[in-house]
Amino acid sequence: MYAWLYRHLPGSGRVRPLVAALLLLGVVALLMFVVFPAVETVLPNGQVTMGS
Amino acid sequence: MWVGRFGRGLSELLMTAGVLVVLFLVYQLWVTDLFAARTQDRLHHELEQSWSRPAPRVPVPSAPRTAPPPPVVPLGDGVAILRVPRLGRDYAPVVVQGVSAADLRRGPGHIPGTAMPGQVGNFVVSGHRTTYGKPFNRMDELKPGDAIVVEVQDRYYTYRVSGSEVVTPNRVDVTYPVPKHAGEVPTKSLITLTTCHPEYSASHRLIVYGELVDTTAKSAGPPPALAVG
Repeated sequence: MYAWLYRHLPGSGRVRPLVAALLLLGVVALLMFVVFPAVETVLPNGQVTMGS
Repeated sequence: MWVGRFGRGLSELLMTAGVLVVLFLVYQLWVTDLFAARTQDRLHHELEQSWSRPAPRVPVPSAPRTAPPPPVVPLGDGVAILRVPRLGRDYAPVVVQGVSAADLRRGPGHIPGTAMPGQVGNFVVSGHRTTYGKPFNRMDELKPGDAIVVEVQDRYYTYRVSGSEVVTPNRVDVTYPVPKHAGEVPTKSLITLTTCHPEYSASHRLIVYGELVDTTAKSAGPPPALAVG
């Protein structure tokens, strides 16, 4: 899967690691700023106030 | 050959899942603290700015005086600074208005509709026990008699802890103006802090109760509870 992805990344041999790193950074940012904040609302440790 | 490719794909998928879980833990245990620290810095700054502006003058009423309406604070904005000497001199989270998930990410939240600091009634504040700066992480250490100082624009309200207990989440009655007494007209100024219990769980809530014992003007310096001991 990842080997296939890497082979299909744009750029030549030199740039490709850079593109891969940028892509990874983008995915991590998306997780930290969008996905995880949405997911954590169903977690129990955010429930601190009263009401069922 | 096919099985080999399938196996590799599966192992990559499982490894990805593992990395995702670890990343989520990093987010929960560390990144949310960073978010909250930044927000709290900004809230401190905003509160200082708004406090340095003169308070709106309340016109002297000619009609029989009723309690002045509490200032309306927009949801998510700072209400007061909480100080608890037991938790150290650096403990000073800004309490924000509101207890939605978004509000609580910013800091401990004042439940709208409950009393404002110092007012007769119950000033109820809920806060994270874990994650987002974990402002209420050490609420279990508070003992009867401990000071909880609430700093507002022009004064310090010093409350003393009167007790604490662990209840189930449905016990909305702890937030009543007179806790646990529905419909009773309050005569005292109380504070109630709520957070989850045990840590990382939603099964119960830790409740800390306090009662207003002292009100001092800021111009007179910090209250005795905050004085260097």
